[in-house]
Amino acid sequence: MATAIKVEQLSKIYQLGEIGTGSISRDLERFWAKVRGKEDPFLKIGEVNDRAVKGNSEMVWSLKDLSFDIEKGDVVGIIGRNGAGKSTLLKILSRVTAPTLGAVKMNGRIASLLEVGTGFHPDLTGRENVYLNGAILGMRKAEIKRKFDEIVDFSGVERYIDTPVKRYSSGMYVRLAFAVAAHLESEILIIDEVLAVGDAEFQKKCLGKIGSVSKGEGRTVLFVSHNMAAIKSLCKSGIVLSNGQLLFNGRALEAVSFYQSNNNARLQFEHKGAQEDAPGNENIRLLKFQIKPLHTATITISSGVSFELTFYNAKPNINLDATFELRNGDEIPVFHHGALISTQNDSKTGIYSVRGILPAHLLNAGLYSFKLIFGENQRYMLFSIENFIQFEVENEATGSNSFLRPGVISPNIEYAITYSQS
Amino acid sequence: MAGIEQEVWDLEITAKNNLLDFRVKDVWHYRDLLFLLVRRDFVSFYKQTILGPLWFFIQPLFTTVIYTFIFGNLAAIPTDGLPQPLFYLAGITAWNYFSDCLVKTSSVFTTNASLFGKVYFPRLIVPLSIVVSNLIRFAVQMLLFLIMMGIYFVKGATFQPNLYLLLFPFLLLLMAMLGLGLGMIISAMTTKYRDLTFLVTFGIQLMMYLTTVIYPLSVVERKYPHYAWMVKYNPITSLIECFRYGFLGQGTFTFTSLMMTTLTTFVIMIVGVIIFNRVERTFVDTV
Repeated sequence: MATAIKVEQLSKIYQLGEIGTGSISRDLERFWAKVRGKEDPFLKIGEVNDRAVKGNSEMVWSLKDLSFDIEKGDVVGIIGRNGAGKSTLLKILSRVTAPTLGAVKMNGRIASLLEVGTGFHPDLTGRENVYLNGAILGMRKAEIKRKFDEIVDFSGVERYIDTPVKRYSSGMYVRLAFAVAAHLESEILIIDEVLAVGDAEFQKKCLGKIGSVSKGEGRTVLFVSHNMAAIKSLCKSGIVLSNGQLLFNGRALEAVSFYQSNNNARLQFEHKGAQEDAPGNENIRLLKFQIKPLHTATITISSGVSFELTFYNAKPNINLDATFELRNGDEIPVFHHGALISTQNDSKTGIYSVRGILPAHLLNAGLYSFKLIFGENQRYMLFSIENFIQFEVENEATGSNSFLRPGVISPNIEYAITYSQS
Repeated sequence: MAGIEQEVWDLEITAKNNLLDFRVKDVWHYRDLLFLLVRRDFVSFYKQTILGPLWFFIQPLFTTVIYTFIFGNLAAIPTDGLPQPLFYLAGITAWNYFSDCLVKTSSVFTTNASLFGKVYFPRLIVPLSIVVSNLIRFAVQMLLFLIMMGIYFVKGATFQPNLYLLLFPFLLLLMAMLGLGLGMIISAMTTKYRDLTFLVTFGIQLMMYLTTVIYPLSVVERKYPHYAWMVKYNPITSLIECFRYGFLGQGTFTFTSLMMTTLTTFVIMIVGVIIFNRVERTFVDTV
């Protein structure tokens, strides 16, 4: 198979902070170095880009020494946390900005969709905007004309096509914009998370289009998304980026699970070292907290979850309880449930372990966090800690519908259906 | 891969590119975009207005009236013996085209940052589209000028259009290139530090007074022989003088000055394109 894209030691440096009178001295210094034919002095001190850690330098590498090849006809998902360098990579690949070092080589006409509706002018009609947007994306006028009916048909806004787009609802706007982009003819297609738009029906249509584009027409597609279900179903291979560096390059399913296992580092808490230093207070010290899927490798809607807490109790002869409060990503308490550790005023100083199991088909997909509360006689609080540990429940494709269902819980409900003649 | 190294690539993205690579082919591929952008500018200009393109008339007309009153009557600056409104209108029409091209091109990166930040196309298309859309405006103003010429001709004013009128397309090209070239240089210099944009807005006004819009070159040469070079070596001066000479038969026009202007214009244009192409590669990071 031929190589469609070859990325060689690609690096991109960004300057943090504001541009103003302060940055001019640095620019002059750089310029002076260049005049003397020396290397840019600020490239040396660049730091690995980790937004959470405060660095010493004002220059960060958004991408650092990235190298990989993409074969023709491959559909590649690019995964990574926010700030991992995905967008920078796409920007370089779509020639919006140039790399600081390294090179990208490509074969074939390239089209990129970093945003839907780039260049739409509110005062122009839908028709005029289709032409303008198509031309901005690199289509010739004759090509747009040939596909015009198809585009309008796909967008489903035929009735409004001669109305200025500023009168459109935001959904219609996006539909029309995506329709133009979907009809681009190119050998390489680069798509950022443009799918997070429109209603569910349209999202499905978009995903379907991308799928058919990549499978049927044999194009090379690069696809950035946080939607792991979409990556799994659409992509053949996957690339995992973290802090501007390549962590994994391989098959899509493996990339997703690599990313998730990597991302789920917060699933575990284990205190190592002296017991007195463990999180807690004079009553309670937290030693270990572990969240695991019950049957499968990752936590999904149908996997069930087991959690196990190990702590040190310093208060003897009381009625001790440990309460688990689970909150979802919207901070809504899903449950608040206590485990009675001792009920006869007979607690002992020492290490206790509590294990709980959440059945499958209870939690819907999403992020969850545990709050722990330790109490005496179920009335006095000994210790509590919020947001102690986080985990993510993954969505699962059920039947033809791979989209996330709304709702706090996702139960399996048995229905009984009867029909009575009217 | 069978071990075969592929060495021919359709596209290579590297940190540095050849400065003299003007990517004419790339621009040519996007020519439809150029005309669609022109159309967009034109349509969006008069949408939701009542007078529409008539507004193109009104501005030069009023300016001419005011110039006739202030510079012609109050200050009594001679106009090479030409009817004052005709003299000013000729200057204004030509100057407006140049200054519109310059001012609009000079902010091309900042005004189009969101577009440029999302999709690639040869950035040169946008300044080119500006020059072409200003051409429409210029054509309307030119029409006004020709109508005025007709009115004054009927009234029996003395002016002689002559064969130098044939230089008109060439003059227009030079004006466009000069505005475009200077505008691109400024636009490239203002992506990171915006100080220059403040300079442009009033600088262009000051520059007009160094150009023979409201006075003829002959007057400056007579009155201020020591400072006349500032006006004389201003490349737009010779363009306007030539324009007036061709249409109205009066003006200080020499082939040497036109040649000088042509040379300057080409140099500025080439420098402009080089700087512009260099900056467009990374300006999204700093704009």
